[in-house]
Amino acid sequence: MTLDISRRHFVVGAAAAGGLSLGFHAPLDAQAAAATNPEINAWVVIQPDETVVVRIGRVEMGQGTLTGLAQLVAEELEADWSKVTTEYPTPGQNVARGRVWGDFQTAGSRGIRGSQDYMRKGGAAARIMLTQAAADAWGVPAAECTVAKGVITHTPSKRTTTFGKVAVAAAKLTPPAPAGIALKDPKTWTIAGKSQKRLDNKPKMNGAQIYSMDVKRPGMLNASIRMCPVFSGKLKSFDAAKVMGMPGVKKVVQVDDRSVAVVADTWWRAQKAVLALPVEWDLGPNAALNSAQIAETFKAGLTADQAFVGNKQGDAKAALAGAAKTIEAVYSFPYQHHVTMEPMNATALWTADKCEVWTSTQNAEAALATTATAAGLPVAKCEVYRHHLGGGFGRRSSRHDFVEQAVKIAKQMPGVPIKLIWSREEDMTHGSYHPSTQCKLTGGLDAQGNLTALHMRISGASILADLNPQALQGGADAATFQGLNPGGEEGVFGYGVPNLLVEHAMRNPAVPVGFWRGVNNNQNAIYLECFMDELAHTAGVDPLEFRRRLLGSKPKHLAVLNAVADKGGWGKPAPAGRFRGLSQHMGYGSYVAACAEVSVSAEGEVTVHKITAATDCGNVVNPGQVAFQIEGSFAYGLSALLHGEVVIKDGRSQATNFHNYPVIRMGEMPEVESIIMPSGGFWGGVGEPTIFVAAPAVLNAIYAATGKRVRSVPLANVDLKKA
Amino acid sequence: MARLNVNGKAVEVDAEPDTPLLWVIREQLGLTGTKYGCGVAQCGACTVHIDGAPVRTCIRPLSSVKPEQKIVTIEGLSPNANHPVQAAWLELDVPQCGYCQSGQMMAAAALLKNTPKPTDAQIVSAMSNICRCGTYNRIKAAIKLAAKKSA
Ligand code: FES
Ligand code: FES
Repeated sequence: MTLDISRRHFVVGAAAAGGLSLGFHAPLDAQAAAATNPEINAWVVIQPDETVVVRIGRVEMGQGTLTGLAQLVAEELEADWSKVTTEYPTPGQNVARGRVWGDFQTAGSRGIRGSQDYMRKGGAAARIMLTQAAADAWGVPAAECTVAKGVITHTPSKRTTTFGKVAVAAAKLTPPAPAGIALKDPKTWTIAGKSQKRLDNKPKMNGAQIYSMDVKRPGMLNASIRMCPVFSGKLKSFDAAKVMGMPGVKKVVQVDDRSVAVVADTWWRAQKAVLALPVEWDLGPNAALNSAQIAETFKAGLTADQAFVGNKQGDAKAALAGAAKTIEAVYSFPYQHHVTMEPMNATALWTADKCEVWTSTQNAEAALATTATAAGLPVAKCEVYRHHLGGGFGRRSSRHDFVEQAVKIAKQMPGVPIKLIWSREEDMTHGSYHPSTQCKLTGGLDAQGNLTALHMRISGASILADLNPQALQGGADAATFQGLNPGGEEGVFGYGVPNLLVEHAMRNPAVPVGFWRGVNNNQNAIYLECFMDELAHTAGVDPLEFRRRLLGSKPKHLAVLNAVADKGGWGKPAPAGRFRGLSQHMGYGSYVAACAEVSVSAEGEVTVHKITAATDCGNVVNPGQVAFQIEGSFAYGLSALLHGEVVIKDGRSQATNFHNYPVIRMGEMPEVESIIMPSGGFWGGVGEPTIFVAAPAVLNAIYAATGKRVRSVPLANVDLKKA
Repeated sequence: MARLNVNGKAVEVDAEPDTPLLWVIREQLGLTGTKYGCGVAQCGACTVHIDGAPVRTCIRPLSSVKPEQKIVTIEGLSPNANHPVQAAWLELDVPQCGYCQSGQMMAAAALLKNTPKPTDAQIVSAMSNICRCGTYNRIKAAIKLAAKKSA
């Protein structure tokens, strides 16, 4: 069972028509614009001054996708890289032009791998058209012309021209059929495949970068919101009169059935008033929900009769009964919050026949659909303007509650742009939390210490059941099995275990859950990779050797593992007091492994000194940015391991801000050595995959250091003091 | 009306005395490079210099700042984004999403002013700002590069 997570979005209905040759449609206003329009195709616009504008459907949230996609287009275009810039088309334009820019969803580490084919073809098609236009002007065959760095040369006569000079003529030509376009062999790349500097970083140096948090519109007012603190609780009443006289306050509005907002001239005044606003909540049926109850519910699922099957080979239960030795362990993983640095926000302007939104979103098409519904207007009368994100990590991919609220507030003040900003406290207590699960693992070894059977029973929350129930398959959430699947890109179980059973008992407490960088691969990798370590120690076999024996039929899994063992010094003495741990995993199309080096003080304080990471993502567009993503993913994954836990009490998140939801800071960040080893022939993601292996490698190193097997996260709750 | 000196200019602002300086800078003065991340002095996204010292402005009331105190925001750190810290940040491509980076650079610039050649331990203790994208190792490297540049 596999799941195409690219479908984890909510596409604007009419726009979802398939079968289009992406990026190759002429503009709607083609005739009117043809005389002066330097748009070669949807992806490539060439200005008379030779600037190459690459239009990009995916969005930049720090992961470097914008630069990587521009590199791929420029590579096929044979552009001058120093002249390349990027631009975001809007989702409204995408709808109007039959989705020429494809999917805007930027999640699942798909930014590059999900768009490289059509974008490279877009670049190549533009090059073919520009060359043809030059050849036509010279009256020579295009085959006699070559292109390099934005200059077209007629080789026999040595005549040259530039993209900028022939762009308008090229734009009038019929685009070549995408199927017939040959793409360059990555081995011959000169712009892609290289560590180009990011195109988006300059404005971030002096505060010039405008995030949606910074949007200013003429006549704009600001809103601050309070939502019922209890999950699925409701707003009962509020006393607007009590705050209407406060400075700057313009209006108090009921936003929906769970929230109320104050609109004021500045956000700070709105925030002060909304905090002073007397509000009564109807806490509803979840007012007593707490983490202990949730843990009990999940625990019951570990042995429940009914469960969905994600992977099955042989007969695990029978093989376990006949095994020479069996071991069993129960692991658990808590709810966690994304905590993007930029809290949720959106600016909306509503009038009776148009609604516009400015926001940071990982999926502007979904934001547009949300806007239209909240505005009560057809999609064609709505628009969403995209801004770079101050962090996404999945929070801004599929839950556009902040957009819906901004529009609903704006609708009550027609003609006035309203910027809604969630306070950090509202942001933390109304997350789209990483699901919590538990996992019971039972492994059987034969007399020689070979793993003959493995049973993994996961119990816990399902993201799809909450966010997108239509994507459930016979009630099952395939995403639960990421990294444990028999095949597919979401994550393949690597080990050759003759009798394998992987199951999920779905239990959905009233805590909203969502996609969170790495998603279910994160805890699944901890469960499997730490238990593999337990099995190796039980069998009396070196953990590397134990894994190697089981990865014989999975050369890519094995190669990354070998690489980190080698570079990480596995089998060689570690510096005094330091211990090592290994892990490997596959997900989002990429193969990853890590070797962590850790020390644990007598007081039980853990220091992660160094992590050596390997990734095989098939093709690499920008090795420097891949290395940045590996470091960033480790910071994110280690933060989750060391500190990440949202405790639920009284039906609400106890985490309200960074003081009670700590995250990793510089002092806890290890040295990271990245091994980027693309083996070619496929395209894997890089934003998420390495996150999977950080935590299990560290936990296995902690076992090596202390003999204590940590089976729950975060480490902050675990006592590792020497007895 | 309160009077302030921001990026070398005397300005007048209309805000209640308890308004955090962060929101005065962002909303009254329109300088949005200084960011809101937590509002409780935890993350450092709102860091500016007041008389050269790094200050988390989200908890600093307007009433506590005197008209003659020199406030410098990321927009005023250098005329052309050419402060050694900014130059090093660009050279090493430090920012990912970039949202935390104004605060990071302001904290780093203040550190280097008093400690031109900081040790790793000094960097870690001065740089308690949060970066959710995890650029910490690059920040450390960029501070060292900036130290070298200004030497
Ligand atoms: S916003 Fe001031 S420290 Fe976080
Ligand atoms: S660069 Fe994104 S939070 Fe620091």
